[in-house]
Amino acid sequence: MSSDVILRMRGITKTFPGVAALQDVNLEVRRGEIHAICGENGAGKSTLMKVLSGVYPHGSYSGEIEFDGEPCHFGGIRDSERRGIVIIHQELALIPHMSIAENIFLGNERVHRGLIDWNRTNAEAGALLRRVGLRDNPVTPAMDLGVGKQQLVEIAKALSKEVRLLILDEPTAALNESDSRHLLDLLLEFRERGITCVIISHKLNEIEAVADTTTILRDGRTIETLDMRGKDVSEDRIISGMVGRDLSHRFPPHTSVVGEEALRIEDWTVHSPTQHGRTIVDRANLSVRRGEIVGLAGLMGAGRTELAMSVFGRSYGTGITGQVYKDGVPVQLRTVGDAIAHGIAYATEDRKRYGLNLIEDIQRNVSGAALSLLAKGGWVDDNREFQVAEEYRHSLNIKAPGVGAVTGTLSGGNQQKVVLAKWIFTNPDVLILDEPTRGIDIGAKYEIYTIINRLADEGKAILVISSELPELLGICDRIYALSAGRVTGELSRADATPERLMQLMTSLKERS
Amino acid sequence: MTTIVEADPETAVTAPTRFSVNLRQSGIYIAFAAIVVLFEILTSGSLLEPQNISNIVVQNSYILILAIGMILIIIAGHIDLSAGSVVAVTGAVAAVLMVNLDVPWPLAILATLVVGALIGAWQGFWIAYFGIPAFIVTLAGMLVFRALTMTVLGNQGIGPFPDDVRTLANGFTPGFLKNIGLGVLGGADLFTLLVGLAAVAGIVAVQWRARRARIGYGQAVDTPLVFGLKIAGASVVLMFIVVQLARFKNLPWVLVLLAALVLTYTLISQRTVFGRHIYAVGGNLQAAGLSGVKVKSVTFWIFVNMGLLASVAGIIFAGRLNQAGPTAGNAFELDAIAAAFIGGAAVQGGVGKVVGAITGGLIMAVINNGMSLIGSPSERVMLVKGLVLLAAVAFDVWAKRRAGRSR
Repeated sequence: MSSDVILRMRGITKTFPGVAALQDVNLEVRRGEIHAICGENGAGKSTLMKVLSGVYPHGSYSGEIEFDGEPCHFGGIRDSERRGIVIIHQELALIPHMSIAENIFLGNERVHRGLIDWNRTNAEAGALLRRVGLRDNPVTPAMDLGVGKQQLVEIAKALSKEVRLLILDEPTAALNESDSRHLLDLLLEFRERGITCVIISHKLNEIEAVADTTTILRDGRTIETLDMRGKDVSEDRIISGMVGRDLSHRFPPHTSVVGEEALRIEDWTVHSPTQHGRTIVDRANLSVRRGEIVGLAGLMGAGRTELAMSVFGRSYGTGITGQVYKDGVPVQLRTVGDAIAHGIAYATEDRKRYGLNLIEDIQRNVSGAALSLLAKGGWVDDNREFQVAEEYRHSLNIKAPGVGAVTGTLSGGNQQKVVLAKWIFTNPDVLILDEPTRGIDIGAKYEIYTIINRLADEGKAILVISSELPELLGICDRIYALSAGRVTGELSRADATPERLMQLMTSLKERS
Repeated sequence: MTTIVEADPETAVTAPTRFSVNLRQSGIYIAFAAIVVLFEILTSGSLLEPQNISNIVVQNSYILILAIGMILIIIAGHIDLSAGSVVAVTGAVAAVLMVNLDVPWPLAILATLVVGALIGAWQGFWIAYFGIPAFIVTLAGMLVFRALTMTVLGNQGIGPFPDDVRTLANGFTPGFLKNIGLGVLGGADLFTLLVGLAAVAGIVAVQWRARRARIGYGQAVDTPLVFGLKIAGASVVLMFIVVQLARFKNLPWVLVLLAALVLTYTLISQRTVFGRHIYAVGGNLQAAGLSGVKVKSVTFWIFVNMGLLASVAGIIFAGRLNQAGPTAGNAFELDAIAAAFIGGAAVQGGVGKVVGAITGGLIMAVINNGMSLIGSPSERVMLVKGLVLLAAVAFDVWAKRRAGRSR
């Protein structure tokens, strides 16, 4: 048995300041199999692959890696590629203006006496393309290809490096049905030819279709490894492993007093601004009442953030159709300013990129979305501003020496509180909170939940977007599930279980 | 469940960061003081002679005015390469109106300012609403407005300007009151001295009121000793300059104008919603947009403002030379950009102050003036200015990286 194990990772532990991303993780991949890794967002899948490929070099983690019977100490991604371990990331890394052939041999150029041999480059690229089932001309610029074909070019690039272990991180997340089909068929073909594949995926039906073995991670630990060739492994079996069973005392108790409807979205459809004609949100309907905490669940790429941002003054998307009702009245929210004026706030999932001015202090970030409330005739009263920021520093328990502290120096939890303060100060009726506890530790999470409950008690309508099912189940009164841009179901707190939600989130059927 | 208290090291790491931020901000003033002292010694006292102080102000006023507009653009994360050409074309427009068409000078100045604002609006449109990088738009503007200057002037200088305009650009406030004796310092203009005293009184009063208000709101303030020293230091420097000017020929009009502009733009950038939005846009464009800041409008108006200030500089430069010429304002934009960066602006945007840009401009002015006083050839002046710019930005990058590491 052990002789046909190509990769063995033992006792891998990787910590980031304050967070243990991986704890004592074990992984065994057999030669020539397709091995799936499953887990919720944040379970540690991508971190594990980064450890394997040397993105996190030897010494920055503890534990052992053995590839083909030899121990590995990779100092960088080149080391792992030399051994034939190639990772294809979720975000495609092709350079748009370069040709397919140039992309395939980037960093690995076909050279003759110091000059690039273009004939050889293009001929070899063409041969590699045929191996992945593409008939495109290798001199075509990468940007002229669709996402599906770009993904295949990435695989061709991996083949050019004489890959022995191919790792694919969410390879079908951005692909449509037929492109996904084609890619999975290709993986099965590779298996025939003896290439070992590790695939990270959220799409359980795909895993069921192609994987020989599945390893489940949760909260940075290995939960179990399932042999998929046994017929008794179902999607439900994987789901229960992914979500676990403990929803213990991580959430403050709360009973909502639900009032009038505050926000309703009808037939909301949004198209991608970059990929022409691709529908990101498809005829979505949902509503939130005052005093109510409503969850929006969905896997990566389901369109949750896009839905929220398109409602929030059309910050995302093109070709938006549908109607937004605020307090039962149809409203047009064409700009972020309109949305704020109508009492809608959106706290982003990516606070560093979209939420905070990291080089400014707490005071100026808190006032950032509602400076006019502190101004008379265009003049800002900075003493009032200081007072307001101080109030939030105390009421939200932002840990900093003072409101003059630069937000870039704060911890994730405190940065998140500054973002919340900024939006609470706009005095909204509806707060859309996108991943409000992403990347922050358990203690700070509890504080954020307490703040959310308090806001609901004040009669605000709260819509929480989260990748963590326990979080949604722990704090929400109602949960909508979103899959591939469609609302696939709605569960009340009493009916919601992780299993049912995960089924809705992975189903491609529309609600009947 | 109890709330877990986060580890306190956070508070600890913030302290050095605050220190280095302060160092980044105050370093420029320390450097300026050091450079002044250095050249005062090298020139054996000529640098701070009454006439020389006046010369430094008058000869550099247009660069300083451009630097005010430039710093706002750089804070927002853009750049303007066309400022020198806009100075030239607005100077030419003013000359044609006043000299060739005999338009009364106040009207001609007003018309020139409008032209400057329209030029700014033209560039602002392409940058803000069409989405072309400012570097490209203003590079094109640099060529286009230089070409228009030559067209308007017919490739020759136009002058002379009316006396009033020349006085504004080159002249001094009249002695409204008599001269008084200042002992060993000789005679000085009483009116200028009174203006100086009024300015000092104003600074003290405003600072005192602000301090009281901050205390009232429970904000941290300097200790009384530090506060007193700062005020006293500023007053002494200000009065020294005023006394020297009063001993020479009173206040240059451009200094009065410059003081008014610095005050106005400091207030706009620090105390108005619009000013705050400039910092927000430069600090994090996406976050500003998602906070409801009208990003495009902010960008548009700072370029309109830049055009306006360039036309002010254009009038003053032409008035001072008493002629609008085809090569006027050549490379002024580079001096203005250098002033902004020496004065503590960050290349990525979001950081900078009007007073900092003025100080940066004055540092270059003092280096220029001091080195020519000691007879350095112009290539050496250029060399030193280049190295000072590099050193200033290198210091900024270094301070930022150090702050980042302690995070």
